[in-house]
Parts: sequence; structure tokens; C-alpha cells
Amino acid sequence: MTAAATVIRPPRQEMVRADRERGIFRVSRRAFVDGGVMEREYDALFDRCWLYLGHESELAKPGDFLTRTVARRNILFTRDSQGKLHALFNTCSHRGATVCREERGNAKVFQCFYHGWVFGCDGALKNQPGQERYTDGHRESGVGNLTPVPRFDSHAGFCFVCFDADAPALKDYLAGAKEILELIASHSASGMTIVQGAQQYAIRANWKLLAENSIDGYHAVTTHATYLDYLKNMAGGLVPVPLSGRSFDLGNGHAVLEYKAPWGRPIAQWVPLFGEHGKHEMESIYAKLAERVGEERATRIATHNRNLLVFPNLVINDIMAITVRTFYPVAPGQMMVNGWALAPKEESEWARKYRLYNFLEFLGPGGFATPDDIEALESCQRGFANAGYASWSDISKGMGSAEPSYDDELQMRVFWTRWNQLVNGTEDAR
Amino acid sequence: MSTAIARSEAEDLLYEEADLLDRWQLEQWLALYTDDAAYLVPSTDLPPGTSPDNALFYIADDRMRLQERVVRLQKKTAHSEWPRSRTRHLVSNVRVGAADGDETPVTASFVTFRTKNGVTDTYMGRLLYRLKRTEGGLRIREKRCELDLDGLRPHGRVSILL
Repeated sequence: MTAAATVIRPPRQEMVRADRERGIFRVSRRAFVDGGVMEREYDALFDRCWLYLGHESELAKPGDFLTRTVARRNILFTRDSQGKLHALFNTCSHRGATVCREERGNAKVFQCFYHGWVFGCDGALKNQPGQERYTDGHRESGVGNLTPVPRFDSHAGFCFVCFDADAPALKDYLAGAKEILELIASHSASGMTIVQGAQQYAIRANWKLLAENSIDGYHAVTTHATYLDYLKNMAGGLVPVPLSGRSFDLGNGHAVLEYKAPWGRPIAQWVPLFGEHGKHEMESIYAKLAERVGEERATRIATHNRNLLVFPNLVINDIMAITVRTFYPVAPGQMMVNGWALAPKEESEWARKYRLYNFLEFLGPGGFATPDDIEALESCQRGFANAGYASWSDISKGMGSAEPSYDDELQMRVFWTRWNQLVNGTEDAR
Repeated sequence: MSTAIARSEAEDLLYEEADLLDRWQLEQWLALYTDDAAYLVPSTDLPPGTSPDNALFYIADDRMRLQERVVRLQKKTAHSEWPRSRTRHLVSNVRVGAADGDETPVTASFVTFRTKNGVTDTYMGRLLYRLKRTEGGLRIREKRCELDLDGLRPHGRVSILL
């Protein structure tokens, strides 16, 4: 399943087949197994779209840094002494060695261990051994500085990079997803933070299966039967709120599900399991929220779950806790996943503890649900071995409906339509 | 009741635990744990000793959720482990620390193999136990599995009990 990519046929064949009249939307399974498709995804999609780098809270203080791989590229993400954020390619301008080899930390400067060149947190060359042997022209040219990623910007605390210097501005790219990011960022007056501890894992399946799965409201009852059993078994695990809601096309391939659900939410949907103390906390959190953002918006924030996909591969699920997740293909049948927990910067010890308890119940590779998602995606990938014969996946649910339900498949059609434009289309549609 | 625990006694418990897990005798396995037990698998980028109350783990079960984990793993709808994977838990380098009240810390090294669908994944790391002597015998009050991995790669899950 992790075998090297093999090109079955040249890409740019029909990959998405939308028959609106009959209400049939199908995706070619070659999109999941073809190495040529993956390379085109890197060229046409990951090299041109805005991609999630990290959250500003991860670099809280001047000098904070972290290293991260984004679309196969090694990025050094820093906050300089003035507090400004920088996204730099983590490769020495001299001869290419990896400048920073730590995952995270705080530094005044970065010294490349190969020949000792020293860079500031803004990437500027500060010092090089044998400096007198370089010309003034060399020093003044700037060729010694670390190369910044062509585009860097942030919205509501979420930081993005883009490898295409000519890409549209982030706010235009995000389209309707902007408002959802703002909604998630406004859970607390104190702002939001990534909790320490990253869930780093891999799935032996094509990355697009996780894009679909992350915004799939249809699979819960069957795939997550044991999770729902568990909540029913626990005294007070659920409140009588039926699953109901809508999915929305946010433009540019982004989509969101917004729905009510019976589980507890640390942003003020109390369940008896949270206890009496929890009830007071939830009431107080809700009251402060309503005071700050108004009753209508507070209700939306507190009682509605959101599964957001920012095209192509940022998922922010504001459900029983908030998870932020990105994933990249390393082969058609294998992806690398990074997941984090997002939480209010300031919340009580009780609230933080229950938030994380709630998170782990469902989410992540040790939870009661995610392992079964992973099993499902890997079983799809095994099924795609038959792609030459059983050639199409069906994504038709809810087609033609004026009000797509949260458990329809509109949001996946939004993803695939955009994917098809960029990866397989002829139109130059950023 | 004496709280001192001999290494051989701790080893017997740990080997018994490994054997029960490999035979999927999960109810019997759970019976080795105290009523206030915790079972923890921290994320791999966390410093040793980090509390799950303020950091994201892979698993942070109290006794209630551990019980539910066992219930879940015995269902056919626990898809990740149905059909069941085959596992082999190896435990070594067992060391018994000084008793602290009614608890004794025990550390060990472990390697656990999980095979399913033609793929074998390896989990390895350090086990930190807190053992307690009860009237029913030596029991586990906490098991913390600190993985020596850069993330769960290529595994993707800890759907078995480590």
C-alpha cells in the first residue's frame, strides 16, 4: 500500500463526472491511485493554494520558532525581536544545509552547523566565519539571507503560506471561510491558543479521502457506532438535541457543515456528565460570550458544531472540542497528518481539562472514533486496487436539494469541483 | 500489609498483563487495574511527566473510560480492531523504584508489534507504572506509555492497548 507511485495513465483524463440532470456526481478512482495525479496536485494545487503553516499562538514570544514541513518543503517559522512573524525556507543560503534542526524553541539567532553562518530570526545573514574573504558587493547583495516563502499572511490567528508569488491575497482566497475562521477565533475574549502536544500520524490512504471524511456527516451512525454506544452508555453523556443542520459552499473549494448534536461542547453545550460545577462554568462562559458578541452569534457559536474544510487541506472541526488538522500525500496511497487542539487562551483548569477529555474521547489516533475513520479510509484505498474495473466513487447524496443537509455530500462536491478545476481542468482558475 | 515489591513480583504482573493483551482477554486485563486507575499515552513531542490536564495526548483514560475502551474493543463495530489485529507485547528492563505511600513506581521498556492486513507496525518506548498492593493482589493504578517515536508514523493509530 505504500509502494512507490506508479503512473497508470497520463493525467488530465476525465476525473470528475457531474450529471446534474440525473443527479449523479462521480469521481474517478484513478484520482486516488495515480502517481501522475499526485505530482500534478503538487504543481497545480499545493504550489498555488494558500496552505496552513501554524497558529500565531505557537510563537507567543519574540524569538520563538518552530520547524514544519508544508507540502514537502521545510519551513522555519519565527517571531523576530520586534514581534513580526516570518516564514523562511529552512535551508542555508550558503550551501543548503538545514539551518534549524529542532522542532521548536526560542533563539536570538540560528547558526548553520555546516560552515557556521549565523542568521537573525528575520532570516537576515548576521555573521559568517571568514567574513573578510567576501567582497562588499557580496555582503550588500542580500544573497546571504535565508529565503522567505513567497507569500505569508494570517487571518484570525491562523497563519498561511503560499508558494506562488502571484497568488491572490489570502482574504480573497479564503472567501466565505474567512467568517468561519473568525467565528472559531471568537470563542474567547482572551483569544485562542494551540494546546501543547501534536498528534502526528500517518494514514495508508490517499489524502483526499481524509478531506472527504473530515466533512462527512453521513458516516457517523455506522462508522462511529461504538462511539455513539459509548455516549449512550455513559450516564449523562448526551442531551436530547437531535443531529440536524446544513452544509454550505463557501466558495473557492471551501465548505462547512453547521449542525446541532447531542454531545457536550466545552463552549457552552452542557451535558450532565460535566457535573454541577460544569453547569456553572458553562453558564458563565455562555453569558460572557453573549455579552461580547450578542445573543444570536453566541447561540451559533455555542450550540452549533462546525466541520470546516479550507481548500485544499486545512480542516478545523469545532465539535466536542476544536481540532486543527492538515495532511499531505507522500505517495498516492499514503499521507502524513498533523493534528492539534485549539482552545481559549484563558480558561479555567476545569474547562481545559474537560475540553481535552472531550477531545480524546472522539478525536485522534487513540480516540473512540478516529481509528475507525482510518480503518475506513485504508479499506477504501485497498478497494481502489480495483480502480481499473470498479472505476468511480459516488458523491451524489443530496444533489438537487435546495437545502443540503449536514449529512448530504454537497461539501465534497464543492471540494472535488475545485480540485478538478485546478488539477485536471484547463481553466486558469486560482 | 507490606508495600515493598520485589522485582520478580512486578515482572510477573507485567508479563501476565502482556499475555492477557496478546490473547485479547481484555476483561481479565482490566481486572489488573485499580478502580481509580489511569492509562496514558502522551503525544510524542511532549516533555516527560507532562499532565494530560493541560496537554494533548493520544490517550488519557480514567478508569471509567478505560472500562468503555474495553467494552468498545470487544464489539464487531470497533472497525479498526475487527477483524482483530494480532499483537505481541514484549516487556523488559524492569526496575522497581522506592515505594511512595501505598504506591510503588516501576519502569520498563516495551516493544509491541501489531499485525493486520499484511502490515506490521512497531510501537516501542518506556512504561511508567504506579503499582499498588491490594487485598486482591498487586494492581496497576497508572500505566503511562511514553513512545520513542517521532509521532505515530507510519502507524496512524493506537487502537490496541499498548
